Amino acid sequence: MTMIFGVPLAVFMGQLMLGLINGAFYALLSLGLAVIFGLLKIVNFAHGAQYMLGAFAALLALEYLGINYWVALLLVPLVVGGLGMVIERYLLRRIAHLDHLYGLLLTFGLALIAEGSLVNLFGVSGSSYPTPAALQGGINLGFMFLPTYRAWVLVAALVVCLGTWFIIERTRLGAYLRAGTENSALMQAFGVNVPLLVTLTYGFGVALAAFAGVLAAPLYPVSPTMGSSLLIVVFAVVVIGGMGSILGAIITGLSMGLIEGLTKVYYPEAANTVIFLVMILVLMLRPAGLFGKET
Amino acid sequence: MATTQTLTPAMERQRNARLRRGLLYLVLIAIGLAAPFVAYPVFLMKVLCFALFACAFNLLLGYAGLLSFGHAAFLATGGYVTGYLLASYPGLTPELGILAGTLAAVVLGTLFGALAIRRQGIYFAMVTLALAQLVFFVFVQSPFTGGEDGLHGVPRGELFGLISLRSNLAMYYFVFAVFLIGFAIIQRTVHSPYGQVLKAIRENEPRAVSLGYNVDAYKLLAFVLSAGLAGLAGSTKTVVFQLASLTDAHWHMSGEVILMTLLGGVGTLFGPLVGAGLVVSLQTQLAQSPLGNWVSVILGLIFVLCVLSFRSGIVGEIAKSVRKNFK
Amino acid sequence: MTFLRKTLASGIALAATAMMATGAQAEISDNAVRIGYLADMSGTYRDLAGPGGLVALEMAVEDFGGSVNGAPIEVFSADDRNSADVGANTVRGWFDQENVDLVAGLVASSVTIAVTNVLKEHNGLGIVSGSAASSITNEHCTPNHIHWVYDTYPLANGTAKAVVEQGGDSWFLLTADYAFGHALEGDVIKVVEDSGGTIVGKIRHPFPTNDFSSYILQAQGSGAKIIGLANAGADTVNAITTASQFGVVQGGQQLAGLLIFLSDVHAMGLEATQGLLLTTGWYWDMDDEAREWAERYYERTERMPTMVQAGIYSSTMHYLKAMEEVGTDDPMTVKTRMAGTPVNDFFSRNGRIREDGRMVHDMYLAQVKSPDESTGEWDVYEILATIPAEEAYRPLSESQCDLVQN
Repeated sequence: MTMIFGVPLAVFMGQLMLGLINGAFYALLSLGLAVIFGLLKIVNFAHGAQYMLGAFAALLALEYLGINYWVALLLVPLVVGGLGMVIERYLLRRIAHLDHLYGLLLTFGLALIAEGSLVNLFGVSGSSYPTPAALQGGINLGFMFLPTYRAWVLVAALVVCLGTWFIIERTRLGAYLRAGTENSALMQAFGVNVPLLVTLTYGFGVALAAFAGVLAAPLYPVSPTMGSSLLIVVFAVVVIGGMGSILGAIITGLSMGLIEGLTKVYYPEAANTVIFLVMILVLMLRPAGLFGKET
Repeated sequence: MATTQTLTPAMERQRNARLRRGLLYLVLIAIGLAAPFVAYPVFLMKVLCFALFACAFNLLLGYAGLLSFGHAAFLATGGYVTGYLLASYPGLTPELGILAGTLAAVVLGTLFGALAIRRQGIYFAMVTLALAQLVFFVFVQSPFTGGEDGLHGVPRGELFGLISLRSNLAMYYFVFAVFLIGFAIIQRTVHSPYGQVLKAIRENEPRAVSLGYNVDAYKLLAFVLSAGLAGLAGSTKTVVFQLASLTDAHWHMSGEVILMTLLGGVGTLFGPLVGAGLVVSLQTQLAQSPLGNWVSVILGLIFVLCVLSFRSGIVGEIAKSVRKNFK
Repeated sequence: MTFLRKTLASGIALAATAMMATGAQAEISDNAVRIGYLADMSGTYRDLAGPGGLVALEMAVEDFGGSVNGAPIEVFSADDRNSADVGANTVRGWFDQENVDLVAGLVASSVTIAVTNVLKEHNGLGIVSGSAASSITNEHCTPNHIHWVYDTYPLANGTAKAVVEQGGDSWFLLTADYAFGHALEGDVIKVVEDSGGTIVGKIRHPFPTNDFSSYILQAQGSGAKIIGLANAGADTVNAITTASQFGVVQGGQQLAGLLIFLSDVHAMGLEATQGLLLTTGWYWDMDDEAREWAERYYERTERMPTMVQAGIYSSTMHYLKAMEEVGTDDPMTVKTRMAGTPVNDFFSRNGRIREDGRMVHDMYLAQVKSPDESTGEWDVYEILATIPAEEAYRPLSESQCDLVQN
């Protein structure tokens, strides 16, 4: 059997695969943060809560309305994204002219409210969301048994990430968005409805988080606290990659998943901390982040 | 000659202001001395510890414009180091334990600061949050913290080996003295030339750079000072409650100290004191009421309200209305 | 100097205690029995005890008649938010301002240990129902508290021993990498090896861990018959869910949960948990008496009680009965009577309170039913065996508690 650093090749490949799947979640979430940051210049601290709301909405929709997974995958991001737009229109816009730190604090408060309310309504143990029938079972890849659902998560997340990249880099709407990021006053002068663009962008970023939440629902117990600790890791990922580039966010997310996956094999004790250690390293060697543009 | 001796109106106003401030400090100290006979001393000590923590945080946010989302790490480091030393070495007096805890926080603050000031604004907040989370995980795994069980049985001991701190009253006056020392350091820093440069950096960093100030050194010093004082608060808190636990290292704690400062008034000397008092009282009252389960929701609501329409905080708003009405 | 002062101080404290004891002997102080319920009402352990535990406590007070020898029983509660200093502070306040007689609930181990220190300082009485740490009646024992429902010792040992005896003799351990997990891991390794089994591998995973797929994959590769989960709460839930996705049970391996509760199994569902072996202190469907009480509880809360919630009722009843008999609320007098009375009710069989404060009682080895076997939402366990009280808990001969004469 081929060994890589004392680990059989098959196990090594399997762990890489799992790392990539976790990385897909990091990529989706940091992508959402990057999109929001681009135009609004705020860090959306409610991103973890919105990811959690996505998972919860899918669960509740299934339990009370009988809406199945596939419909939820489309519907939930729209609903949660809509909620995001309401938040932007009535709360974030009121403080848009202030220091951007206020945006971070406001969204932090919103996250506390969302988490606390759901804990009181549904408890904290979490509930499980059944794996959709079409994706049950697994695929034998030769080197590992890969549950079909995880394979689907990887594919779906990558498609959405690349789709987002395409929209932003290759379409007219994306061009407006990028122009707005550079100089929103000028855009306004050209007759583009910038406030609407901002609302839509925030809604889209939130929808990405909710989409990640629905994807995660069959994998992890759906509980009100599922988003908050994940968010801090995603913050570290964002610091490592920098929020300047869409493709950068995707690549950093995936590679951090891989690094974490390998740590789980060689030194599991450090699995929770490795991404933070990478962040420290990056800060020392390349303070602006791997793909960062800002000083 | 004669004209230099008479006071100009401006100088007189300044002198009066200084007098008024001195009087205010005296009144507050008198209140602090009398307080344990009116209110429950353990509660007051908790308020003072968190007030010092919030004041330390405010030094960084209010005067240097740096939002740290990782201050819990310093509070916890101070607490754990002090707790571990006092529990393991029975001969150690509490003030030495507290000193060691504070120093540990200073060292950690230097490391954090050196890394975090490489990024600005929102990134600074995220970097500090991530670093604090790293520290949290280290504390969970280290054997000396007791993990989830926490560190227990820290003796209050005898101050300087002479005065027993077992009684709540003696403990209170010690904590009050620690708070006054911490507060005095902050007050002096803010009003010193160094504090003025710090404010200049907050208002316009490129300009401060162009004036030839070593901005990074100024920021780092502010960060280390703030971390050390937060560690002092954590160390003192551990001696009061005789325990250290993971709650202090959790990112919720970093959020709470932001809330205290924001509610009381960012960039005001007394704001954090008022904010800490209010938040701690609120938590204590809510915990024993039917609304107990909703504490985090209520804190979240206060956050949102503060940011939306109450950004100067309580002390800030009062100062504004005083300036408007009495000028 | 210091020595003299200390002796003097403790002498005064002793005298004061003695005076208080004799003074209170005759009656119930200030003619009220005050019970403070301290638990996590909003965080991780909410479903284990939380608001439901308060309901159980209030049921006990109602069933007792609302007063002891004419003195009304008052119940108040607080959320400790899983914070040791909030918990200790609350209880300190209860002593200084409310004159509390009994502190009940007590869930997170860090809070419990902090609170027992306060109980000792104020010579109060506490009954711990929710905490898992066996250290609470071992190195952290005090004369002022009783540990009622369970601890990690019987959970880990009961399960490990029974599993090895059933042929599960090779183990792979997933351990939460902090003090609690290390202790549990040590206990399990000892029991497995003493019973003739082998440990083929172990991984210490960070606490908390969200994604267990990597560890489950490694456990699968190890070829062990049993995957033991030396972790708790969300970690255990995550590990079990992931194992089910990776077809661990179908692959011929079995899971053994060392610290798992009814609320966890209910939350995960039977699809993911079927076949899981675990030890429990009580199960609502184990006999008629248990069912009768559980159904009354269900009417109020629409959830079946966990063993902790049942234990809160049982311990409160035992406390109130003892107080009625001795006619005083002096903590040590009541505790002595409680310890002198065997505990036999719907919750506890062959129960007695040992000198280290541990209430030992029969424990049960259970297996989670498959979805086909289950007849309802809460029909989840099958009781396989009874572990007698005297065998279940850590023997006093191994105790580090300084109340135990070794």
